[in-house]
Amino acid sequence: MTSTQEEIYQQPEKNIGEVVLDVRDLRTYLYTRWGITKAVDGLNFQVRAGETLGIVGESGCGKSMTALSLLRLAPKPAARTVSGQIFLEGEDILERSESDMRFIRGQKISMILQDPMTSLNPVFTVGNQMVEGLGLYYQQEDSKSLKGRAVDILRKMGVAAPERRVMDYPHQMSGGMKQRVVGAMAISGTPKVLICDEPTTALDVTIQAQYLRLLKQVQADTGVAIIFITHDMGVIAKMCDRVMVMYAGKVVETGDLRPLFENPSHPYTKALMASVPSMEHAHVEKLYSIEGQPPALFDLPVGCRFANRCEFVDEKCIAEYPPMFVSEDGHSADCWRLEGQWKKVANVES
Amino acid sequence: MEQETLLQAQDLTKYFPVTKGLVLQKTVGWVQAVDHVNFTIPRGKTLSLVGESGCGKTTTAKLILRLEQPTTGQITLDGNDVHTIEGDELKQYHTDVSAVFQDPWSSLSPRMRVRDIISEALVVNQKVTKTEAYDRVDELLVQVGLRAQQATLYPHEFSGGQRQRLALAAALVGNPKLIVLDEPVSALDVSIQAQIMNLLKELQDSYEVGFLLVAHNLATVRYLAHEVAVMYLGEIVEQAETDELYDNTLHPYTKALFSAALTANPDSQREEIILRGEVPSPINPPSGCRFHQRCPYAMDVCSQEIPVRKEMAPGHFVNCHLY
Repeated sequence: MTSTQEEIYQQPEKNIGEVVLDVRDLRTYLYTRWGITKAVDGLNFQVRAGETLGIVGESGCGKSMTALSLLRLAPKPAARTVSGQIFLEGEDILERSESDMRFIRGQKISMILQDPMTSLNPVFTVGNQMVEGLGLYYQQEDSKSLKGRAVDILRKMGVAAPERRVMDYPHQMSGGMKQRVVGAMAISGTPKVLICDEPTTALDVTIQAQYLRLLKQVQADTGVAIIFITHDMGVIAKMCDRVMVMYAGKVVETGDLRPLFENPSHPYTKALMASVPSMEHAHVEKLYSIEGQPPALFDLPVGCRFANRCEFVDEKCIAEYPPMFVSEDGHSADCWRLEGQWKKVANVES
Repeated sequence: MEQETLLQAQDLTKYFPVTKGLVLQKTVGWVQAVDHVNFTIPRGKTLSLVGESGCGKTTTAKLILRLEQPTTGQITLDGNDVHTIEGDELKQYHTDVSAVFQDPWSSLSPRMRVRDIISEALVVNQKVTKTEAYDRVDELLVQVGLRAQQATLYPHEFSGGQRQRLALAAALVGNPKLIVLDEPVSALDVSIQAQIMNLLKELQDSYEVGFLLVAHNLATVRYLAHEVAVMYLGEIVEQAETDELYDNTLHPYTKALFSAALTANPDSQREEIILRGEVPSPINPPSGCRFHQRCPYAMDVCSQEIPVRKEMAPGHFVNCHLY
């Protein structure tokens, strides 16, 4: 086998279109015997066709619950989306019935989870599972034609020898391969919005790189809008056009990729970025780390939720939840320190 | 600067048999998990084993912990062969070499109070009374950033990051010479990772304990390790002091691995080298250099001859026909 040069990755072209998803004041609360946990507490954001929005935050910030809420899969009976609107291609899907949702999920909006094994049934072949979903979207077609579609989609997801792979069981595949299969299932209904919830955390670095390149290609080919949920700032830097930072159920900062990285404006974003060690820097003495822990979601403070860990905290922060402040280029953050610098937009009730 | 060697692995090899048949098991092949691996860990320093799934780093860690026996080769601690000791010497070994694993949940027994979990190894392996052990636990809890009053609590009453601190306390209880850390922070949130990494550094300084760090996050490794060995399919392909390895990467696999690692910088100038295919099976590893099928620089000799280890700079070793 002869190869000469290293093959360097070339990014596909970006084509960003109209708004396909418009979320307004989304609130999903969990009703438990210890109280009401405000998992998602007033989210507002939009995603356009061909664009990747990153949602970054740590455990318990509400990012996964946001994803589930968008698909109306928040675990019943405890979880309930109590208010808000989710406009998918102009229609509020919170108004649709559960039977309508079965067609909307997968065909208009779809999701890839972190652990491919939770999406794959170990006792059925991969092809069988794909055909099950495809049969719902292409009801007029027979199983032979559906299987053909399945093979096609596997090929698009970069699975080698898809005609053979389609007959494999999940346990016969590696982690990276399973994640491609799950990805294939997620795009088989040609959704307009694809939510990826930490899809690469369990994958090796080089497999993660392959997988992210693949997602970018799928996006370039189909124009799908991607919502990428992760706690990894490196993945955000690679994949996303815009970023939303979540903390304790709320969005604390939103912005385009570069402005956010170059000028993180919310103290939590700053602290998060500072605590990530870098491969590029030689021997560092001590890493910056954020003191303390996030507040319990059933016992939230009245004021800013990051106040107890913030190095810039003052009395106003504890007394009143900060409104959103927006800069000229659309970069926004909810922090009192921005008063006077950026324009105040709304008074967010907490 | 002469560094005292604490642990040495010489020609360390572990092959797992692949068997066929239910009643009469016949060995039909071998999983060459670890193949003629050599490294040393100096006292009080950190060596990191880096590589992807199946490269053999976890098996190597298990060999050091005596959870597996080597097929051939040797591991010595302070000059003594680790796999031939028994009785009281073995108990001492288990006190001298401890471990912290990836999952902060499963390494702590949910039915024991924290003080019993932490002191268990000490009580079992050394002749220590419960009072002495509990005093030691109180001391340790403070050292790992918790409070002595928490000694009577159960693991479920702590967060993930706190549980990893408990696991660290348990690993330190016998004043070990070496701690094997297998992905100690990858299951934790980013801001907690930073806290635990700082703690690891502090403890290494105060205890003068060596670390064998198995990790895949190259930034974590850069922060914690003094020396790094890159493994691929059971072999060490490149090894050097940390800064030297990161600044002067030689082996094509190491280059590809580093280029695939994502950095939190959208304007990173680093080009991404594409590695095709997946890691081949360790049951039937490729001939010659095990990386030749995926290597962008493969030459004819690469599939025919196994590359010999060469020292390219002081302390920087690489196994590659390009050099």
